[in-house]
Amino acid sequence: MPLDMMDKAHDARAVKLSARGVRIDFWNDRIKRNLRVLDGVDLDVREGELLAIVGPSGCGKSTFLGAVDGLVKMRAGEIRVDDVPVDKPGADRAMVFQQDSLFPWRTVLRNISYGLELQRRLSSGEIRDRATNLLELVGLKGFGEHYPHELSGGMRQRVNIARALATDPELLLLDEPFAALDAQTREFMQVELLKILARAKKTALFITHQIDEAVFLADRVAVFSARPARIKAIVDVDLPGQRTLETKLQPRFRDLQERIWRLIEEEAERTGLLTSTVGA
Amino acid sequence: MTSVTQDIVEDDAQGGPSRSLWARHENSLLGLFAVTAFMLFWEFSVLYGWVNPLFTSSPSRIIKAGAAMVRDGSIWNDLAVSGIEFGLGYGLAVIVGVPLGILMGWYRRFNALLEPFVNALYATPRIALMPLIIIWFGVDMSAKVAIIFLSTVFPILVNTMTGVRTIDRDFIKVARSFGASDGQLFATVALPSSVPNLLTGLRLGLGHALIGIVVGEMYGASAGIGYMMQTAGATFQTDRVMVGIIIIAAVGMALTQGLKMIENRFEMWRVDHRG
Repeated sequence: MPLDMMDKAHDARAVKLSARGVRIDFWNDRIKRNLRVLDGVDLDVREGELLAIVGPSGCGKSTFLGAVDGLVKMRAGEIRVDDVPVDKPGADRAMVFQQDSLFPWRTVLRNISYGLELQRRLSSGEIRDRATNLLELVGLKGFGEHYPHELSGGMRQRVNIARALATDPELLLLDEPFAALDAQTREFMQVELLKILARAKKTALFITHQIDEAVFLADRVAVFSARPARIKAIVDVDLPGQRTLETKLQPRFRDLQERIWRLIEEEAERTGLLTSTVGA
Repeated sequence: MTSVTQDIVEDDAQGGPSRSLWARHENSLLGLFAVTAFMLFWEFSVLYGWVNPLFTSSPSRIIKAGAAMVRDGSIWNDLAVSGIEFGLGYGLAVIVGVPLGILMGWYRRFNALLEPFVNALYATPRIALMPLIIIWFGVDMSAKVAIIFLSTVFPILVNTMTGVRTIDRDFIKVARSFGASDGQLFATVALPSSVPNLLTGLRLGLGHALIGIVVGEMYGASAGIGYMMQTAGATFQTDRVMVGIIIIAAVGMALTQGLKMIENRFEMWRVDHRG
């Protein structure tokens, strides 16, 4: 019975993001045909949760994130955030893009305040204060007047995260934010991201192609199938205690990593077989 | 070869106020030395009768001619006339070229409409239009303003257009993701990211404007630096021609340098343009 209770408590958290039957086609101009990228993705993300999406490369993970952000049009299905249907970008969502999407002509502080400047909700003084607070939150106090090119890759991604948090979104979307960083910086940034998210109390959807990154960061990991993608499996990451760099040494961590790897491998093999059949 | 490479390495390694005057200004000092040597050679070539000053003039003769023109005041009138022509023509080119360039870079259809004209005129040496301009405007100042405008407007327009057109797609995605309207996207992404190209256009336009002045005034005018050079040349006053050349060169270098400094200021954030 106590187990049941815990399950209920888990489920009691409000659904922040719900995707139902999301289908997305891309027109390929070369072959003059519609390519189905996503074919009926169903997914729920609960309040305060970090859900990571992994899948074979080119499976449409980023496309799905684009649809959640409202940048990519869906062919069918529905995405709701706080029960409000998504059809265009909105203040309730913010995207952390891959490296180098910071505006090089804006200082760090003015990069962070970009979203707020567009919204014209706050006075310039309030925007400045908020941006300064976020700068501190991501551990870059004193770097406000620097330009992006003066920062290291890891620092730039902190700014990128701060820029997304500035508009106080309900849902943070992260599109392989650490993919361009070196291995060491990436590990540190993973720990840092968890701290930042805990402090900012945000729900997050995280795309990555690194399985260890997904397991380390996420409460649950959704595995996408090969294109046209659907959800192949959702793996609960039941790691005890706080996540630290030592977490990755736990046997349980390895088990989860292996399980997810096998799921992706299955998909890769399936498409691999498919290709060879067509080829022969 | 070896010594040059070593110098550069040393330059980079030291870089600081502790370096000697020579080390800090080596390039400028070498340039100054070369120019001085050339002037002396020029002066002495005339002095020893190796060349005829009627053809080559000489530094001292040029200074004397220049001083005389300042004393009798004729130079000021010429400078004023050329200056006004330049200011009007160049200013008009900026006022027309920058907005048109932005619109053509931003709106595909607008670009498709104007592109044939822009391409044709940009490819034509604008000097070739001079006879037509004389027919339309006569030989007074408006003809010169017109040729300067036509010389300058296309480099400015084309570069501005390129700047707007080559915006990084990622920046657009970021702006859209933050819910930017078309106007905001334009003001916060398109405009700032095309500033470097715009300034390059202004700098290139400057050179074309100077050509426009000189050629325009030589073609038909009653005052101006180009006119002065033309009449002096026709009467074999080589010294005065040289004064004109030096004025044009000095103005061109000064204005280009000024714009270059503004460009550097704006390109501070561009990693690939540093140093």
